[in-house]
Amino acid sequence: MIETDIIIIGAGPTGLFAVFEAGLLKLKCHLIDGLPQPGGQLTELYPKKPIFDIPGYPSVGAAELIDNLMEQIKQFQPGFTLNEVAETVEKLEDGTFIVTTNKGTKHHGKAVAIAGGLGSFEPRKPELENLAFYEDKGVEYFVKKPEMFAGKKIVIAGGGDSALDWSIYLADLAAEVHLVHRRNEFRGALDSVEKVQALKDQGKINMLTPGEIVELKGTDKLEAVVVDIEGEKREIACDYFIPLFGLTPKLGPIADWGLEIEKNAIKVNNALDYQTNIPGIYAIGDVNIYPGKLKLILCGFHEATLMCQSVYNMLNPGKKFVLKYTTVSGINGFDGTRKEAEKAVVKSIE
Amino acid sequence: MAEDIKLTIIDRDGETHIVDAPTDMGMNVMEVVRAYELAPEGTIGICGGMAMCASCQCYVINGDEVELPEMNPDEEAMLSEAFNVKDNSRLGCQIHIEPSLEGLVVQLAPES
Repeated sequence: MIETDIIIIGAGPTGLFAVFEAGLLKLKCHLIDGLPQPGGQLTELYPKKPIFDIPGYPSVGAAELIDNLMEQIKQFQPGFTLNEVAETVEKLEDGTFIVTTNKGTKHHGKAVAIAGGLGSFEPRKPELENLAFYEDKGVEYFVKKPEMFAGKKIVIAGGGDSALDWSIYLADLAAEVHLVHRRNEFRGALDSVEKVQALKDQGKINMLTPGEIVELKGTDKLEAVVVDIEGEKREIACDYFIPLFGLTPKLGPIADWGLEIEKNAIKVNNALDYQTNIPGIYAIGDVNIYPGKLKLILCGFHEATLMCQSVYNMLNPGKKFVLKYTTVSGINGFDGTRKEAEKAVVKSIE
Repeated sequence: MAEDIKLTIIDRDGETHIVDAPTDMGMNVMEVVRAYELAPEGTIGICGGMAMCASCQCYVINGDEVELPEMNPDEEAMLSEAFNVKDNSRLGCQIHIEPSLEGLVVQLAPES
């Protein structure tokens, strides 16, 4: 069991900054995120895009902002459970919480802050009859264990980087790789496009473009797909079909936690502290909704700050806490580091 | 002040809405749909308008009557991967509200 003060669900900019504000109040944080790296949308969707509305930064790259936040919170030693989706929450009699992920990892904390942004990223699924039936019976949305594809016949669909990269990777491993895309043009790193071209020329990748998968076939498991190439239907025998059409965010399991949901977002008390209808569970950043809500990173930072103050007050009833300024108090890291402004020298000049 | 233009938006339930859209606020069709709440939040404009999610895909009904902006490579690439794409598909976030769009009629593509 992982022990912490605040369990933060979502390691995007809002969740990361919450670690800093919590740290100033000597609260420890542990973050859970379904993606393999921190940063949320910023690293997953638009790492190279500049952001122009972070106060104090005329322009900052999305990935750079995440790097900076990671540097800023390092001193507060946050824990991370990555690549796992927070699935259930349980409130114990003493008011603390246990959050369990889809892989069974348990986290025990005194408060929960949902900073889930748009939700957890799930694969976009093509609209094909019986698709659900063939899931885990030949239809895979991720290449988690490449070895399972060794010597198999694979059909990959998609036109982006992941379709190209996995076609390249599996070309040497699988018996056959067919790549289906609606156009002849691919959107990916030039290097990847060139590699696929070379593998096609060597006969290691069979290109089916412009084509679209229109049917899945097989009695107990997937045995073939039907590809429509400019109106002509071709049946391709295969063991696996891997549609790679990117990821789309869904609120996911959080939607079933008994939280008040409005417009696909979690309702919070914005007049006070961004707490949800379940005391001790907060929602901050893009995932929450309240009158006048703006989905901006800078608003998420503000919400994270107020949430941390509220958690402190909840855990320390009766204790009078006076807001401290980092310029005055400096920062004491949990790792023993101390940061403070240089003291002015008072010395007379003879 | 620049004048508003009229847009006709057919929502995902098939209902028609005629709305005013300002030409001087740097808005796009996706943002107009959100502003008038013609599609539930969380089902449109998910990527914020970067041509990265296709949640604002719409069908332009009267493309021959208005002057639409050219498709840029980002939009073209996204539409090549999106679902329910037709010949008149566009991403609402890439259609900026200009006076030349007066009278534009779009239908929102199904949620996918």
